[in-house]
Amino acid sequence: MTEHAHDHTPAAELSAVPGYYEIMETAVRELLTEKRLFGPGEIRRQIEVLDSRTPALGAKVVARAWVDPAFRARLLANGRRACEEFGITFYDDTDLIVLENTDKVHNLIVCTLCSCYPRPVLGLPPDWYKLKPYRARAVKDPRTLLAEFGTVIPDDVEIRVSDSTAMVRYLVLPQRPAGTDAFTEEQLAALVTRDAMIGVVKAEMPEAKEALQ
Amino acid sequence: MESIDANIDARTGVVAADGELPLFKAGDEVSVSVRYPIGHFRVPNYVRGKRGIVEAVIVPPAINNEEEGYGRNAGNKRHYYRVAIPLTELWQGYAGSANDSLRIEIFESWLEGRRRND
Repeated sequence: MTEHAHDHTPAAELSAVPGYYEIMETAVRELLTEKRLFGPGEIRRQIEVLDSRTPALGAKVVARAWVDPAFRARLLANGRRACEEFGITFYDDTDLIVLENTDKVHNLIVCTLCSCYPRPVLGLPPDWYKLKPYRARAVKDPRTLLAEFGTVIPDDVEIRVSDSTAMVRYLVLPQRPAGTDAFTEEQLAALVTRDAMIGVVKAEMPEAKEALQ
Repeated sequence: MESIDANIDARTGVVAADGELPLFKAGDEVSVSVRYPIGHFRVPNYVRGKRGIVEAVIVPPAINNEEEGYGRNAGNKRHYYRVAIPLTELWQGYAGSANDSLRIEIFESWLEGRRRND
């Protein structure tokens, strides 16, 4: 979504003067290291844990749900248990509710308080997900917001915005695109994007994606 | 369900302790408390005082993570509830479909309404 209005200046930009929270993080980290409560190796390890989680994991889960009705039922009943079947661990001990998009319901995920996100399954959230315009507008005016992502939801389709603020994380199970009957599970997984699992776009055939560009 | 007997397991006679059984069930009408405690509270301001319907009880019961943040976590397990609140209830003049809704998990201590045993 590089063309999207919510993509502001790069968040990873190194500013000349460190900000308040940057200084605080450095101070706390150095204190904890100095007191031997943890070491640099453990910090690096946690970064590796986070880096090993990418939307490709979630895409595998979605593709399996599309081809295996029994797995789909288990996934909707208990998202975390079903993902654990794939060896996806929930290192942050969050539970996962999987929300199924249908002809009648479109789900959208947000965290209005901060940036709660299904990190064990999708990795780090995109920057726009963490910024206030998305967080505020997702709950206040989801239809206009979705339209800006190119997702126009007809009025007779119900929108459910899940605000994840406490214990549970959410993952959207997008609808399987039409015309994919002959696709393998792997080919299907390639159609499932991070944004589709947040609910801001639909899973689409490659032709449809190209046509939009 | 409304009698005190609902707290007693029919097979064993074991009486459920406070907080072990959910006070609300799917379909119950609830409203979110209007309180403004100091600190980081995980009930966003925009839902306080709003009315909704319990969609599901989230199991198992969990520690109140607002209290846990202050190191207080003994004996305060309660249920979270996934609550559905119409967007028309949240925002005056909401222009989208009347069926559009917010779904949010709210800890038991923040919900008001008719409870079991009431």
